[in-house]
Amino acid sequence: MIKLKVNDKSVEYNGDPNQPLLWYLRDDLKLTGTKYGCGIGACGACTVHMNGSPVRSCSLPMAALGSSSIRTIEGLSSNVGKEVQQTWKELDVVQCGYCQSGQIMSATALLESNPKPSSTDIDNAMQGNICRCATYQRIRQAIGQTAKKLEG
Amino acid sequence: MRKLPEAYTKKSFSVPPTATSATQHSDNERSAHQRKINQIHESAIKHVQGKAQYVDDLPNTVNTLHVATGKATHANAKIVSLNLEKVWQAEGVVDVIVQGDIPGSADVSPVFSGDVLLAGQTTQFVGQPIFAVAATSYTAAQKAVRLAEIEYEQQTPLLRIQEALAQQDFVLPTQSFHRGDVIKTINEAKFSLSGELTIRGQEHFYLEGQISLAQPTEDGGIHVISSSQHPTEVQKLVASVLGVPIHKVQAEVRRMGGGFGGKESQAATLACMAAVFAQRLQQPIKYRMSRQDDMEQTGKRHDFWNQYTTAFTAQGEILAADIKLAGMCGCTADLSDGIVDRAMFHADNAYYLPQARITGYRCRTDTVSNTAFRGFGGPQGMLSTEAMLDDIARAVNLDPLDIRKQNVYRKDKDETPYGQKIEESVLLPLIEQLENTSQYRQRREEIHEFNRNNRWQKRGLALTPVKFGISFTSKHLNQAGALIHVYTDGSIHLNHGGTEMGQGLYTKIKQVVAKEFGVDSDRIMVSAARTDKVPNTSPTAASAGTDLNGMAAIDAVNKIKQNLFTFAEHYYKVERERIFIHDDIVHVGDQVFAFAEFIKLAYMQRVSLSANGFYRTPKIGFDRSTGKGRPFYYFANGAACSEVIVDTMTGEYKITRVDILHDVGESINPAVDIGQIEGGFIQGMGWLTTEELLWDSQGKLMSNSPANYKIPTVGDLPEDFNVNLYQAKNHEQNVYSSKAVGEPPLMLAISVWCALRDACASVADYKISPPLAAPATTEAVYHCMQAASQYQQSQTAQSGQRT
Repeated sequence: MIKLKVNDKSVEYNGDPNQPLLWYLRDDLKLTGTKYGCGIGACGACTVHMNGSPVRSCSLPMAALGSSSIRTIEGLSSNVGKEVQQTWKELDVVQCGYCQSGQIMSATALLESNPKPSSTDIDNAMQGNICRCATYQRIRQAIGQTAKKLEG
Repeated sequence: MRKLPEAYTKKSFSVPPTATSATQHSDNERSAHQRKINQIHESAIKHVQGKAQYVDDLPNTVNTLHVATGKATHANAKIVSLNLEKVWQAEGVVDVIVQGDIPGSADVSPVFSGDVLLAGQTTQFVGQPIFAVAATSYTAAQKAVRLAEIEYEQQTPLLRIQEALAQQDFVLPTQSFHRGDVIKTINEAKFSLSGELTIRGQEHFYLEGQISLAQPTEDGGIHVISSSQHPTEVQKLVASVLGVPIHKVQAEVRRMGGGFGGKESQAATLACMAAVFAQRLQQPIKYRMSRQDDMEQTGKRHDFWNQYTTAFTAQGEILAADIKLAGMCGCTADLSDGIVDRAMFHADNAYYLPQARITGYRCRTDTVSNTAFRGFGGPQGMLSTEAMLDDIARAVNLDPLDIRKQNVYRKDKDETPYGQKIEESVLLPLIEQLENTSQYRQRREEIHEFNRNNRWQKRGLALTPVKFGISFTSKHLNQAGALIHVYTDGSIHLNHGGTEMGQGLYTKIKQVVAKEFGVDSDRIMVSAARTDKVPNTSPTAASAGTDLNGMAAIDAVNKIKQNLFTFAEHYYKVERERIFIHDDIVHVGDQVFAFAEFIKLAYMQRVSLSANGFYRTPKIGFDRSTGKGRPFYYFANGAACSEVIVDTMTGEYKITRVDILHDVGESINPAVDIGQIEGGFIQGMGWLTTEELLWDSQGKLMSNSPANYKIPTVGDLPEDFNVNLYQAKNHEQNVYSSKAVGEPPLMLAISVWCALRDACASVADYKISPPLAAPATTEAVYHCMQAASQYQQSQTAQSGQRT
């Protein structure tokens, strides 16, 4: 049995240990904000936080979770996370929206570990999140603005 | 330049050097007017919280089954035997179907014929579905389809455009239009040149893959929820495969996680497959493709092989052009007729060709049937012509921008090869404005200086225009409907025939309805496109979503207003001129009413508060038999200036600066429009730089995942990226004088490809245009650089011999 926390709630998992976390979140817990994009951890649509770090849930088996704390877009409650969402809205970052949960999770993890990221830091942290609408210009800007807001 | 709120101006949208340079702004800092034109995304809050639902996010009913398909491993092969026993026995499998199990028509072609839901006796391409499984879980279905035993009799597949041309193997007849005696002019001209260009296609890679959910209804019909740009076609084809009248099928699309043309025709097959199972089993069926299946089983942007011969003067003025465009359509026609047509209509791009012959070939290959992709053939038609303009510039030893300006459409040189006049004078002023704001001339000098002084790195620069025709070239598609209800609390329900795929259509139509009514947009809820609300819709495509649906919505609003005002006129005995709605207040002479209050009153007095609207685009029509007419209502224009730096030893490069000036007419929503321009440009840049579709010698797609197909990410953005809107109204009576924006910006990326070639040409002192493949991958740029370098060495050797 795997005991973990998802969005601060304790849960127990007894199923197939090889099942990727993504499907446990989506199918069992009905947390559908986290998306399936490619299934091989190469597009970033399924990004969630595992103990505060961004991970690709589509290729992370349940057995690898230990007693981790998982956070999804639905459970984004930190000050940083809320500010990221707010700036995203203000700058109208979203086009089709499908990748944006993953983008927001990656951006939040970046700002939580590095409150004043440089352009290179932003690019490095966001490199693994594909946005096919190519909203990158605003993603970059939204991260910059959020950092500024949090500083002030 | 149009005045934009701070957040959308050039400065703040340049790359912030550090996180601290960006400025904060909030709603109360903006004027009310700006807030109206910058209406944020209608689902913004849902999106940032992960609550916006896509098809796969809808609550599952307990007994939903999942679909997977068994894929052909050979193209153009006869199926000798098909043993599905082990598939039937696999865990979780509930049903298995082959072509013969389809109750109605197996043909799911959008326009012509030949696209089959499941292969019959022969396979058309590697990956084609041969049979399908419905199982209790997605994984069970995926596992089961691998257990089939299939024997093939293999035949050699036809995989290349050139082979199809040689064998005259076409999915549809060749078309051409011409003006003047092109061959004679070319033969007699003092200056002429020829070139050819292979242009690869592009994988859509919409982040939300293809998906449909079908539920049986009590009348023997189907309610299908699809990720489709064309709900009406989904409805029609589901009815056709089931053999039921269209009215038994309802198709619904709330939003797509990206479409880009890939869900215009090809989303319907998933809906049809799910519907066949749903009807057989009387259970809800979900068919979600895995990413690999999606990449292998659905069509892409067409590869093209283009050839051109042009005659010109010593000053580089084009006299004639003979342009042949050969599109790789894949195994069937799908939408290829219109796509190759649009390539032909854009082979002039922004340039006057006094004499021209433009021919479009629809080549058949044993590969997946290629389909719509943002630009719909336009980009491929333009690219070779931009290459041709560069070739002419280097042949007459002038700056490519001078050659472009010299040949661009202008007064008296304003008729396209297909007879449509360019009525607006936007192109030349727009190019000149960008030339100034991008400091093209100064940078050109600096680049010459840099290139003279640096052996291992070369910089390149190019400024290229885009002129893109707006309207479906199939005339009948240029129509739209809308349905609006006002409820007794004053809230407004809006429905129209368009679908939302990230382009901001729903946001814009909501704004249009609010403005036309004179009410706050918060009153309005936009609902999912549904075929039982607005029927017989056209696909959301051709950039025309806002133009068509916006005008239909305006029509509906005006019908309701007409009802309200007629009522007020008689009830209050006030002249019509003194009745209007503004800022949520209904003015009836000297009396004022809150909107909701007035609506309630109108309801009590039995006034109809619901209307449908309709629109058809005026003025258009093209006669294929003469090759003349007006296929487009108007043109959207733009230009981009791109600069690159290339490593001469490796071909590695960076895009250092991009300046864009784009014509969206009077912008309905600058934030949405600039987002479309930035995104379209980057997507086009991906097509022309890193995205390389590759098939093996047997026709199997090798680039079948994001691990072997490189899509731009944030780090690929130009280091300095400036986007501005050109100040001009649409001279046609389009929605509030705006212009379409979805597709045209993609072609601005041609400037990147031309800049890379410019950097390579610098090695040969700009005396030749070295051949550059499209996409210009690092390897391709390396080869281009080598070609230029070899030319230069041969010149040096020759001049050495002479001295």
